[in-house]
This record gives sequence, structure tokens and C-alpha cells, in this order.
Amino acid sequence: MTQSLPGERSVFGPRAARLGLYAFLFASAAFFLLPLLLVISNSLKPMEEIRQGNLLALPVKPTFDAWLTAWKSACTGLECGGVRPGLWNSIKITVPAVVISTLAGALNGYALAQWKWRHANLIMLLVMVGLFIPYQAMLYPTVKILSSLSLFRTYGGIILVHVVYGLPYTTLLFRNFYVGVPEEISRAARMEGASFLRTFRSVILPLSTNILVVVAILQFTGIWNDYLLGLIFAGNDNLPMTVQLTNIVNNARGSASPNVNMAAAVITAIPTLIVYFLSGRYFVRGIAAGAVKG
Amino acid sequence: MTVVFFFGIVAVFFYGSILWTGYMSLTRSTLMPNYNFVGFDQYIKLFTNHRWLVSCLNMVIFGVLYIVGTLAFGTLLAVFADRRIRAESLFRTIFLYPLAVSLIVTGLSWRWVLDPVNGLQGLVRGMGWENFTFDWLTDPNRAIYTLVIAGIWHSAGLIMVIILAGLRGVDEDLWKAIRMEGIPLWRAYLQVIFPGMRPVVASCVVLLMSDVIRGYDLVIAMTKGGPGIATEMPAKFAVDYYFARVNLGLASAASIAMLVLSLLLLAPYFYSEFRRRT
Repeated sequence: MTQSLPGERSVFGPRAARLGLYAFLFASAAFFLLPLLLVISNSLKPMEEIRQGNLLALPVKPTFDAWLTAWKSACTGLECGGVRPGLWNSIKITVPAVVISTLAGALNGYALAQWKWRHANLIMLLVMVGLFIPYQAMLYPTVKILSSLSLFRTYGGIILVHVVYGLPYTTLLFRNFYVGVPEEISRAARMEGASFLRTFRSVILPLSTNILVVVAILQFTGIWNDYLLGLIFAGNDNLPMTVQLTNIVNNARGSASPNVNMAAAVITAIPTLIVYFLSGRYFVRGIAAGAVKG
Repeated sequence: MTVVFFFGIVAVFFYGSILWTGYMSLTRSTLMPNYNFVGFDQYIKLFTNHRWLVSCLNMVIFGVLYIVGTLAFGTLLAVFADRRIRAESLFRTIFLYPLAVSLIVTGLSWRWVLDPVNGLQGLVRGMGWENFTFDWLTDPNRAIYTLVIAGIWHSAGLIMVIILAGLRGVDEDLWKAIRMEGIPLWRAYLQVIFPGMRPVVASCVVLLMSDVIRGYDLVIAMTKGGPGIATEMPAKFAVDYYFARVNLGLASAASIAMLVLSLLLLAPYFYSEFRRRT
């Protein structure tokens, strides 16, 4: 097997090199797994074991008590409802925001890719620069605009912010995909008398299942994990999980015990981890596609 | 038509907001927007503000170490993963999963692991090495490095995937030629393979740079800018001055400075991208 390796050659000979290679890979795997495993293992310990202070020790009497507290009774401030309301808020925010920003991005991307725009290059430049604008340069005007629409710190407002802030990214991903779709397909549909939207809906969208899944996964991860926008725009009734989690950990009235904090962190991370493990291939393809922009 | 309309709204939203912020940065706004034009006063205040200067310096230190570290580690992982290893997909799954974890959870986890009392230091001391010291998290001179560790942990897998995709695209004939010439493997990578992948590496750097300039969540979760102001960053400076300290003019100036910096750093990349395409 080693013979077929491209360019395999080493001063130590193949066997020592292979050994070193696997040693490095295992050490790296340990580095990546360490924080997650420590946090999970300590979240399963009862308080007595936490007090002994041995971070690496496995729980002797594993218990889900800390998880239950984190779930429904840890204090995020004056309220003590755990991360449960945060989970519901995050779902309520993430699902519509993902669906809308993905579909809108598909529509935009299709239009950008298949139409002959007069300033196509300029538009592309504006979209790409949009990807890299620091949020801070738009935050305050966004607050003002939403306030004037009475949407600041409301449920509709946070969804709108996620959709708009996410559009450059989704547009670009779809545009890169649709550039590779032969123009004849949509031309044929239009010859049949189909309108732009109809062509898009009944001809283009069915061709796009893969990219739709990829973009939806990326958007899901991004919006679920968002902290800053949720903190500023969601309002107290809709605070997402990430914000609730930091409120639990940094609670001014004396924070909860470490095992509860850790359980809350794990619960917050679970949804995106599930999506990641279930969708591995799409996830990888998505970030590879998203990275090679333009 | 609807699409054009849609584009218009988004463009106005994005670029209108930036112009608005830019305009505010030239006014005396504090608690409320105040449209008295004062020229570049806010920028002078900004660049004589100790906390801002510390933030900028921190961003440079963090940025250089984070970008170099993530690129080096991610590239090593990619090269090794490309050596036809066993269980490649298992390794890849492990290396990449941090990307699915929010920076908030990443920061909190590392804060707990590196906590001097309950984390690694306490653990090693408990095992008998009473003098073992690893208190970077609470050491003003070193706390910034803990952010680098957490940042690399979060992003190395991303770079691995991107570089790996690039390596898989290298022509088999090129490898044959390298074998025929008898070039040692490390030299083949450094002198032949990586130089051919320059656009891929460039997009990695661009991605990581935008992480650095936007870096907010990780700092909030891990150090809250402390100890003292040892790990303050420009993104946090701007948000603090917008919302907690309500000094809109100064916050806007800080935001515009961040924006200008991003554009300056990105300009070479965009320039080459567009030249390549047209």
C-alpha cells in the first residue's frame, strides 16, 4: 500500500514516518476532543465530585441533575427558567430566518448568474464586499431603521436582521452554483412562456436540492451560533440560547455551580453538533464552496 | 423586477448604513445622534484613546498568531490527512467539529479548561507538581494567547478542509514528475505544491482576517476583555461605546476605522480576483 503513495519518501524510511504521522494525528485529535469531553464529563458529575477539583476524573456517580437544573431552573438574571426558553427562542428565530435567507439567496443568486446585468462586475463586487463589512459599521443605523418600523427588539426584527445580514453570503453561494447551470435550461422554459419566478420555482429550484441543503446547513449553524445580533436585536422575550447561556454563566447574583454551567453549554451546542454529525458531507462541501469565493 | 427591487433594498440597507455611520463619526453625537459636523475630532479622540490603542495592538498580536497558527496547523493536518491514512473521515470529523460549535461555547469551554484554580493548572498541581504554573488566562501579559489557542481550536479544521480540497486538485502527473525527480517530500510541498495553491491559501487568509476584525464573541465568552483591558478588541470597543457607554460618535469612528482596515486588507485580494476573472 505504501508504494502507491504519491511522492512517499522519507529520511526515516516509511515505517517511522507513518508512526510519526499517526502520533501527530492522534495528538491533534486529543487536542480537538479535550474541551468537549471535559465539559461533558464534568457536567455529569454531582457537586461533591466537582469540589474535589479533578477536571480529568470521570464521573464516579454520573447524574443528569446538573443538566436538569441547566435545562429548567438555572438563573439567567432575575428569571430562573434555565436554557429551555432560550432553546425555544433559538428555534423560533433560526428556522424562519434560515428558510427565508436561503430562498432569497437562491433567487438573487440565480438572477445574478443568469441575467445579463449591465454592471454585473460592480454588483458582484458590492455583494462580495458586503461579506466582509464588520457588523459594527451597520449596527446603529440598523437599530434606527428597525425602531422607525417598530421592529427593534421584536421577534420580526431579529428575523429580518438575520435575513438581511445573511443575504450577501447566501447570494454568493447560489450565484457560484448557478453559474455552472447551462443557460439553455432557463431559456427553454422562458420560450414556453414561463415567467421568471415560475421558471425559477418549477425548473431551477428542483435542480438545486444539493446546494439548498448546503446553504441551509451553513445558515443554520451561523444563525444558531450568533450572539451579537441576538443580544442587540432580539429583545428580552426572544433572547436566543447563546445569550441565555452567557447570562447563566455570568449571572450577577452569584453564578450557578460549574457543572450546571457546563451542562448549559453542552445543551446549547447540541443542535448544531447534531446537524454537523448528520450532514457531515454537506457541511464539508458547504464550507469548501463558501471558502473559494468568486 | 422584484429581484431588482430586492437588490436595491439590500444595497441601500448595507451601503446606506455605512454612509450613515460614517456621517455620525464626523459629528458630536453622544447619547443621541447629533448632526453637528465636527470634522475628524472623533478620530483624533479615538486614536488618542488608550483603550482603543490597546485594542488595536491586541488585534494585531491576536491576528498574526491566530492566522499563522491556524494556517500552519490546518495545513499540517491537511497534508497528513492526504497521506492516505486509515480512518480519514473519522479524523476529519474530529478535526472539523469545533466549527459547528459557537464561539460562545468555545470560549466558555476553554475558559474552564484553562482556569488556574479548577482547570489544568489545579489538576497538575493536584497530581504532585506543586509549582506547576499555567495561569495565562489571568495573566494580563499572556491572556491574549489563550484567545489564540481557542481560536486555532475553532478554525484549524476549516483550513484543513479547504487546503485538503486544494491538495486533492493537484494533478497526478505533477506528483509523478516529483517522484521521478526524486525531490524529498517536504521540499515538494514547500516549493512545488503550495506555491501552485496560492489562490486557495489567499482565500484562507482572507477568511481568517475577517474573523480577526470581527472577533467579538470569543473575547466576551472567554475573558470579557480582561484582566483589566488586556484582551480588549476593536469590535468590542465599538459595541461597548455604542450600547453601554453610549458615545455614538466615538463608536462610529471606531467602526469606520475597522471597516477601512478590512477594505485595505482585502483590496489586494479583490483586485487579483477580478483581474483573474476578466
